[in-house]
Amino acid sequence: MIGPLRLAWRYVLFHKAKSLILIACIVLTTILPVAVKLLVWQFDQKIVARAASTPSIVGAKGSSLDLVLSALYFKQGGVEPVPYSEVERARGDGLATAIPLHCMFTAMDYPVVGTSLEYFDYRELEVLDGTLFVSLGDCVVGHKVAEMLSVAVGDQLISDRANVLDLAGQSPLKLNVVGVLDASRTPDDWAVFVDLKTAWVIQGLGHGHQDLNKVSPESPVLIASESGRIIANRGVVSYIEITDENVDSFHFHGDTDEFPVTAVLVSASGFKEETILQGRYESSDSEVQFVRPEIVVRDLMTIVFQVNRFFNANAILIGGSTAMLLVLVVLLSLRLRKREMQTMFRLGCSRGTIVWLQVGEMGIIFGFAMVFVLLGSTWVWMVSGDIVEGLLVNSR
Amino acid sequence: MIQIENLKFQYPRTEFMLRLPRLVVESGQRVAVVGPSGCGKTTLLNLISGIALPLEGAVMVCGEEVSAMSDASRRNFRIAKIGMVFQQFELVEYLDVLSNILLPFSINSTLSESSETRCRAIEFAEAMGLKEKLARRPAQLSQGEQQRVAICRALITEPGVVLADEPTGNLDPKNKRRILDLIFQLAEKNNQTLIVVTHDMGILDGFDRVIDFEKMRFSNVDEESSGAVRGAVGEQA
Repeated sequence: MIGPLRLAWRYVLFHKAKSLILIACIVLTTILPVAVKLLVWQFDQKIVARAASTPSIVGAKGSSLDLVLSALYFKQGGVEPVPYSEVERARGDGLATAIPLHCMFTAMDYPVVGTSLEYFDYRELEVLDGTLFVSLGDCVVGHKVAEMLSVAVGDQLISDRANVLDLAGQSPLKLNVVGVLDASRTPDDWAVFVDLKTAWVIQGLGHGHQDLNKVSPESPVLIASESGRIIANRGVVSYIEITDENVDSFHFHGDTDEFPVTAVLVSASGFKEETILQGRYESSDSEVQFVRPEIVVRDLMTIVFQVNRFFNANAILIGGSTAMLLVLVVLLSLRLRKREMQTMFRLGCSRGTIVWLQVGEMGIIFGFAMVFVLLGSTWVWMVSGDIVEGLLVNSR
Repeated sequence: MIQIENLKFQYPRTEFMLRLPRLVVESGQRVAVVGPSGCGKTTLLNLISGIALPLEGAVMVCGEEVSAMSDASRRNFRIAKIGMVFQQFELVEYLDVLSNILLPFSINSTLSESSETRCRAIEFAEAMGLKEKLARRPAQLSQGEQQRVAICRALITEPGVVLADEPTGNLDPKNKRRILDLIFQLAEKNNQTLIVVTHDMGILDGFDRVIDFEKMRFSNVDEESSGAVRGAVGEQA
């Protein structure tokens, strides 16, 4: 069968354009459903794994999905904050470990996550370079953030304005990069971590400014000064960077227990403790909700898989129509090549050999198409993790 | 030698009927079969090569009864013992000249291509003035060159019989003579029996016999007494 295969190969080579179009048709029809399948599978794996590693979340009542996406993927918006006192409440009587998360801002378009040092142990995040944040204004960047922004320890990041048109609003804060996290292939790679208090400074709940005691009494920024109380106008110089020199001037106005956090990650010490906690939150007058991310995510995936079923049906229909078109192309090609086949037959070629010739041609085309599908699928498989992470993190 | 006895043939669902009481072509003879279109000249070649099977009678080629062979045996016999040249050349467009000459070795597993056959193909091409064009495709050749390639393809298996169906039908007068001379020359060199079907009465010089097929197929007597056969052109048999 070498002869017919060699002829088939020569035919495919001679009709390059036709062969390439056929290969492209097969590759596109096959690779799209395969890629979607891989992406959905990867999405399922990633989102479920992330959810499973987070036993429960406490946050404002409302959409449990928004709360989960906010706490797991730092998605911004759609979730009302809860007061910091909820963190202490979740810790309860030592029933659980509670980690605050506050993610309302971005720096260079990457989410800035205000949290505590416990978060890094909780997520088993390792520092690749530098240290974790130790003082106000420090930040630790995720692996991907460092890679994408080309930042390293010693560099600075500037937080984004919540509203670029609001010139009278809170000024951006320069964050000092003190550490870069090792790659974890989780949304943590795509975030900038700061201490919760730094997040509140970014929000404008805390600030630092020039020492008014050292301002000349004639200074136009002073409005009044009586019995140790100094009142200044908005002309007082506020710091947009926290340094060793000015860190002591930073302070908060108000009760920090009332300051906002987006969500609280709760890890109860046991099933009984978790049930007790859940019972506390499920009272009807509670302003907060207690959710198990895994249940919320599995509900979401049920919907995703239902949608995927429609996509599968669509792929089958497209595949069917492409197959019919291919059959049509082959039949038309056979008609065009009738004389060639007849000549071969008259010379002494069997009908079986002619069939082999046709099968060989289609085999070569399918073979090449399958190689491309395999290469494409491998590539999709290799990048699907990043694509899914990117999709989840950038959907904020 | 080719021998046909009491042959009767009819295409299905047609009124065309071919009757041939007797036809004998000796080994090494050069025979021209002439007659108007539709008189059955090509059918005769198909019967000799085993592409068509007679309803009655026998067709013997090189001592073997082609009409009694199985399909596979006829195919193998055809590719090994019979070389065919067609009016439209029928070269394979996607193969170069050398591969076209060697085509019989690619389409039938009973023949195997070897360095010897490749050398022979190159020799034939050289004899036909095609040596410089071995890597070209049919579309890059003139009509005369294409027919020369087709002749090489017909002769590459060193068949005992060469059947040519209007081999000069698509050629200009200068090329017609040249192609026929080449066929004669190669057939004579290898002692091959040559049957050329044509309706061109201007190319009959050089044939040992000319058969007027129109007269022959309607006669009920054998070819020698039917008056349909002449000896060398210009002589009465």
